[in-house]
Amino acid sequence: MLDYVRSNRREVIAGVVLVVLLAGYIGTHPRGASTYVMTIWANQGLILGLAACAQFFAVVVRGIDLSVGAIMALTNCIASYLLDGSALGIGFGMFAVVAAGAACGLLNGVIIVYGRLQPIVVTLATASIFVGIALLLRPTPGGAINYDLADAITLDVLGIPTALIITGVVIMGFWLPFRRTGLGLGLYALGSSEQAAFQSGINTKFIRLAAFTLAGFFGGLAGLYYSFVTTTGDAGIAPGFTLNSIAAVVLGGVLLRGGVGSLVGALAGAFILKTIASLMFFSGLPSLAQPLFEGMILAAAIAIGGADVLRARNKLEAYS
Amino acid sequence: MLRSISVDSLMPYFGVVILIFAGSAFFPQVLSVDYLTQQLQIAAFLGLLATGATIVILLGHIDLSVPWVLTGAAILSTALVGSGNPVLGALAVPAALAFGALIGVINAAGVAILRIPSMVWTLAVNSMLLGLAVLNTGGFNPRGESSELMITMASGDLFELPVSFLIWIAVSLALTWLLTRTPFGRYLRSIGHNEKASFLSGVSTPSVLFAAFAIAGMCSALGGVLLAGYANQAYQSMGDPFLLPTIAAVVIGGTSILGGRGGLFGTIGGALFITLLTSILSVMQIGDAWRNIIFGVIILVMLLFQTLRKGAPA
Repeated sequence: MLDYVRSNRREVIAGVVLVVLLAGYIGTHPRGASTYVMTIWANQGLILGLAACAQFFAVVVRGIDLSVGAIMALTNCIASYLLDGSALGIGFGMFAVVAAGAACGLLNGVIIVYGRLQPIVVTLATASIFVGIALLLRPTPGGAINYDLADAITLDVLGIPTALIITGVVIMGFWLPFRRTGLGLGLYALGSSEQAAFQSGINTKFIRLAAFTLAGFFGGLAGLYYSFVTTTGDAGIAPGFTLNSIAAVVLGGVLLRGGVGSLVGALAGAFILKTIASLMFFSGLPSLAQPLFEGMILAAAIAIGGADVLRARNKLEAYS
Repeated sequence: MLRSISVDSLMPYFGVVILIFAGSAFFPQVLSVDYLTQQLQIAAFLGLLATGATIVILLGHIDLSVPWVLTGAAILSTALVGSGNPVLGALAVPAALAFGALIGVINAAGVAILRIPSMVWTLAVNSMLLGLAVLNTGGFNPRGESSELMITMASGDLFELPVSFLIWIAVSLALTWLLTRTPFGRYLRSIGHNEKASFLSGVSTPSVLFAAFAIAGMCSALGGVLLAGYANQAYQSMGDPFLLPTIAAVVIGGTSILGGRGGLFGTIGGALFITLLTSILSVMQIGDAWRNIIFGVIILVMLLFQTLRKGAPA
């Protein structure tokens, strides 16, 4: 048990912080831990959580994806056209929305790998393109999502918020098996040391392409889920989600220099960030002071993560 | 300045020439002196921000606190002038610069001492500044006005050239001297190449980081003061649209996002190119959507051109 905690220290810390914050939130909320409160909390958390998953796949291979929010905006706008009508049409629409996200990610990957450019500048440029296409589709917010389906996916099953069930499926059904596959291990190998990975015979180009495609895939999922929660298409959602997804993965213990962290941490970080925001809302602080406190808590949380440096045995360890 | 000229840094200048000729084919007024000097004036705002960003990017870091340092400086300077007290009014510009330097020091403290990646720490600083601004102004547009000095700095003319452009070039020249002729500049680049090696060679890496981030903060603040002078007011989130074009201007100018390589000569070209591109696209009355798409594609093409020129596949 102790070994398990030690080897997953980062995820455990993020989990503990999340539980403490959530307890504080439920404690201060006038309606307590009702299904209603938990559902809204989980929905907000899952949107950012999926965006953080997208960011995780870019960060773990020592990259960064500044187009996460733009892919969400684009897929959200596509969803607002396709997710209404017959059951078959909606089924196809959901597939098309996520596929569009994956295609955006693949495009990022192809330019990064074959154009030999830095991910940060490539995704900066493609983000502009994706937002442009989203604006072509929806110059002003609008469109519709099938309400029955949206309700089914954003409410609760037997008192458990559906969003938490989806989170569980992503972790149990996707992540835990995935990280044991060759691709899952390859992501960490590439992020830790590209040269060592290459010399061990790993196809680094393929791994990097796959990582950015997965990032796009989760960006598409985030856009899809956002559509179910808001039931409209809006091209203007990009900037907030991109920056918050970076903050979320860092809070979840994923290192920006690659090779360290997990999808579970990224999800935990996203829920932490959303819990802080909700906690502010019910904390009784004057509403004008809330953004400042939110920023200070975010900075404090990141600074505590940086406290690793105090444990460094010698000064050189800090310069890795 | 000569030393920082490379083929990469000449690219945006070629781009500017092509844009002017292509633009003049559709709209003859693009070639007029009035239009071009106006572009120089507007490019100075982006250019000053990009100058600061270049310093930080040469270090191998990035400063995402630009938008609210800019807005904060604008709010502070217009509020001081708006107070009606002539002494406070005269202090508006120095106070804004001091504010920028202070935020730069806070940025550097997180990066140099706590070793937090600059990308997240400056982001957190940015959101704290946003919070402060909201608390301070109550979420409304801040009251205040610009002083004569600020308006002249932003919109005045000297020798037929916009004052803002001259300020930008003067700052660029001074910083280029700092980057190419002083130990500080050499340390800055060497940290961008390899921080560990620089530290082991006896460079006091934290002090270089502190100085670089403070300079970048002052550049952002100066940009904010000029923008406030241009609009004769400060307004909430006036800096947000500048963050990504700033990074784009630096990278198009041939400065490596990984640090260590590049210079301010290219950044000047990058800022001119992006300003002109934005302006010509809006003169052509192209909608927001297409403007975003064309903007992204052109940046990608210019970057791909830079790597293609270097030839041999990795």
